[in-house]
This record gives sequence, C-alpha cells and structure tokens, in this order.
Amino acid sequence: MPTLTTLPLWVQIINLLAAILLLLAFAMLAQRRIVSLIDLYAWQGLVLASSTAIVGYATGQPHLYFSAGLTLLLKVALLPWLLHRLVRQLDVKWDVERLINVPTTMIIGLVLVVFAFNLAVPISQLASTVTRATLGIALATVMLSFLMMITRRKAISQVIGFLSMENGLFFAATSATYGMPMVVELGIALDVLVGMLILGVFFFQIREQFDSLDLKHLEKLKDSE
Amino acid sequence: MTITGFLSQLLQVAIALALAPLLVGWVNCCRAWLANKRAPSLLLPYRMIRKLFAKDAVVAQNASPIFRLTPYVVFGAMTCAAAIVPSLATDLPFARAADAIALVGMFALARVFMALAAMDIGTAFGSLGARRDMFIGFLAEPALLMVLFTASLLSGSTSLPQIVDTLAHREIGIYPSLAFAGVAFTMVSLAENARIPVDNPATHLELTMIHEAMILEYSARHLALLEWAAALKLFNYSCIGLALFVPFGIVVSGTGWQLLLSAAPLLIVKLAIGGAALALIETLSAKMRIFRAPEFLGTAFMLAVLAMLVNLLLGA
Repeated sequence: MPTLTTLPLWVQIINLLAAILLLLAFAMLAQRRIVSLIDLYAWQGLVLASSTAIVGYATGQPHLYFSAGLTLLLKVALLPWLLHRLVRQLDVKWDVERLINVPTTMIIGLVLVVFAFNLAVPISQLASTVTRATLGIALATVMLSFLMMITRRKAISQVIGFLSMENGLFFAATSATYGMPMVVELGIALDVLVGMLILGVFFFQIREQFDSLDLKHLEKLKDSE
Repeated sequence: MTITGFLSQLLQVAIALALAPLLVGWVNCCRAWLANKRAPSLLLPYRMIRKLFAKDAVVAQNASPIFRLTPYVVFGAMTCAAAIVPSLATDLPFARAADAIALVGMFALARVFMALAAMDIGTAFGSLGARRDMFIGFLAEPALLMVLFTASLLSGSTSLPQIVDTLAHREIGIYPSLAFAGVAFTMVSLAENARIPVDNPATHLELTMIHEAMILEYSARHLALLEWAAALKLFNYSCIGLALFVPFGIVVSGTGWQLLLSAAPLLIVKLAIGGAALALIETLSAKMRIFRAPEFLGTAFMLAVLAMLVNLLLGA
C-alpha cells in the first residue's frame, strides 16, 4: 500500500492553484460567451498572482511580490477592463461560430494535456525547485490556449487565447525557476499591454473593412468576388 | 472470514435495504421545503412499497420471461452492490468477491435488464426510455470508471475496502485530484440516478421522462421491487461518494460490531446532509434537453480524466 506523502503546505496550495489553472484553461476552451471568457481570463490572472505571491513568500524572494502585484494590476484589473470596454464598443457578445464542437475540443484538449505532461517530465527533472511538478500544468495551459486560438474564429477570443498563453508561460517560469528577472518581466508586461492596445485598434479596422470580426474574411486576398 | 466481518456484512446490507426508501423520502421532503411547499411524509416511500406489494400484478399478454425476471435481477444487483460498497465497515467478506470495476459492471447489468424489459413489451415509450437510458449510461459509465480509477491510483488497489481504508487514514492535506473526482462523481450520480439536470424523477410527462418511461408497464410487486431498487441505487451511489470523499468514521476491519453501531448513526447524519445537498442541486438547476446531456457528462468525464492526470503529475 503506497503511503500518501505529505508535501509542505505551501507546495500543496501551489499544486491546488495549478490544478485550478488547468481547470480554468478547459473552462475557457468550452466557454461560448465572450464576456464570460474575459471573466475567466481575469480569474486566471488572480490564480496566477496568488501562486506567485505564495512562491515568493515561501522561498523568501521579495521580487516575486512585485511580479505578483504587476500580474494583479495588469491581468486582473487593467486588461479585463480594456477587453470589456472593447466588447461593449464592438457589441459582440457571443462567439457561436467555432471550427470544432465543444466535446471534440475537450477530447483534443485532454490529449494535449497528456502530451504536455509527458513532455514536462524530463524537463522538470532538470529543475531544482520544489514546485517543478507544476511545470507540466503550465505547459498544458500554454497548449490549451493555443488550441483555443486555433478553434476560435472571432478576433477577440483569439486575442484572449493569446493572453492566456502568456499566463501559462508566466506560470512555467515561476514553477521552473522561481520567476524571471525583473527586467524581463517588466518588458513582457509592457509588451502585453501595448500589444493589447494595438490589437484593440486592429479590431476596429477589421470590423470597418469587413463588417465582422470573423477572421475568415482575412483569408481572401482579393476584394472582389 | 471472521464472525464480526460476517455480522458487519449482514448489518450493512440490512441497513441499506431498510434506509434506502427513507433517503428517497428525505430528499423529497427537502425538495418540497426548498420549493416552499408542505412536505410529504418521510415514510411515504415505505407506504407506497407496502401498498404495491399488496396489489395484484398485471402483466401484458405478449410479455416474455425477461419482463417478469427483470425486477428480481435489478433488485438483486442493487443488493449485491450494497454488500460491496463499504458504507459502515471495511472488513466485508463479500467485498473480496468483487472490486470497483465489478461494481460498475453490476450497475451495468441492472441497466441492461431494465432496457431489455422496457423494449420487451413493444410500447413506444418503453423503447424510447430504454434508448435514452442506454445513451446516458454509455456516457456516464466511463466517467464513473475514471473517478474510481483516480481513487485506485491514490491507494494502489481497485478493491473498494482497501481504497476506503487508505483514504480514511491519509494525512490531512489538499488533494486537487480528489476534488476534481468529487465534482465528476456528483455529476455522474445525478445522471445515473435520473435526477434533475438530466431526468426529472417526479415527472410523468411522457416526452421528457427517461427512467419513468422504462417502468411504465410494471405494476404491483414488480413495480415495488423496481422502486425499491431505484432507491437502493441512490443509496449505493451516495455511499460510494461518502466512502470515497468523506471516508471519516467508517469502521476499520475487525473492531467489533459495537463500533458498527457508532458508525451507523454517523452514516445516517452524512446521508442526511448529502440528501439535503442533492435536493438543493435539484432545486437550483433546470432539466436540460436530452441532447445537452453529452456535454454535461462529457464535462464529468473530462474532470475525471483531469483528476487522474493531475494525480499522476502531482502525486496528490
């Protein structure tokens, strides 16, 4: 009979948060309404910020507090607010059109998770952190967000997929190396923010051109039929 | 086999048989209270079973022996399941005969006979209900197996008593895999027991019913047995859920049957809370279209598989 080993409490909490992160990635994959998608993204940011703060507290690395605070400010408050405003202005509520139906997407997602977990095992053995087991979940989150970008047609949901992919990468950095250097983190945060603003302008341009946010119109090269 | 084990086995089956209708009555009471209605008597299911046993059975002329046999097979399968699930003690002589997978097989056996009997008479509603039930069953069963596999992975055995023994004596900690599996199990048991998001147990509206449509042709003692078996199924599922996710208080092997009498009140308290929670879920949710059921059960399956994967990755 194998004994159920007990890890330190903070590692258990990190594991729980990682599991919630994975669950949120699946929820985003299955979500039909764009407004709820943005809320789920905000929740993902909150989970990420709290896990970063806990790692910072447990390992005594104060710079992780800054990155947790940055995450909280940017991904829980600012970006969702921007996205909500965009959705209101563009008046898109639903994302009915998707390339594959929900159950099939879920199955593909599960396969991706298995793949990511297998991929992460050798990498996480190289890492020396206590939280290295969660690297697989971070990788799975990245892949699920990627899948979401592939299966969605509307520009906004693709951008949310992109943002949540960045969340996954951030979590991978925290679990494998206890966070990136401050300069890199600030750079990425700024990139995400500026990228979001530019994409917001893009949305308006796309809609002005095609009267729709469906990206399949961009595949046509000629204006006339 | 010890004499205490034998006694606890007998007592457990007796308690399951006796308390199953009470659980159904309690859930109905809670539902009525939550809907701001006056509740029916707690003992109503008992009275109905007694009334049905006293009546004369009417069987359709073209009914085959399967139709007559089914209530006994279903009732027997559910009683067997009640003997396997460790609801009071884990030293069960009978439980060595079957593990968690065989338990799922037992439920499947009952389902197959129900479906055959429903199609046997040849009425439209019977075959409609049978098809729907098989449809839901084939989606729910893999999810249930995955939940049981997650628990098996944690404890390293597929034998239910050993799983419960390990889970009851684990160190206190956070187990994300068990949390996922718990949610998945709740969803599966709602579907399997014909509760509200998937089927409405109180409905007699022909177009939406699933379980009721299958037993439409039964009367008297056959119907009584089937109703009792349905109550036992709910009882068994509740006990599996309690044993896997709240195993505290289940008596360990060979501690004498006096302790069994202390485990029984605890089980009743847990079942009362579980029944109230079930009534709350049913009141808060609306019945969904039958074609939404794959999505509901697909989510349950996904959660169960995630539980297993998270368990493999994090070891918790």
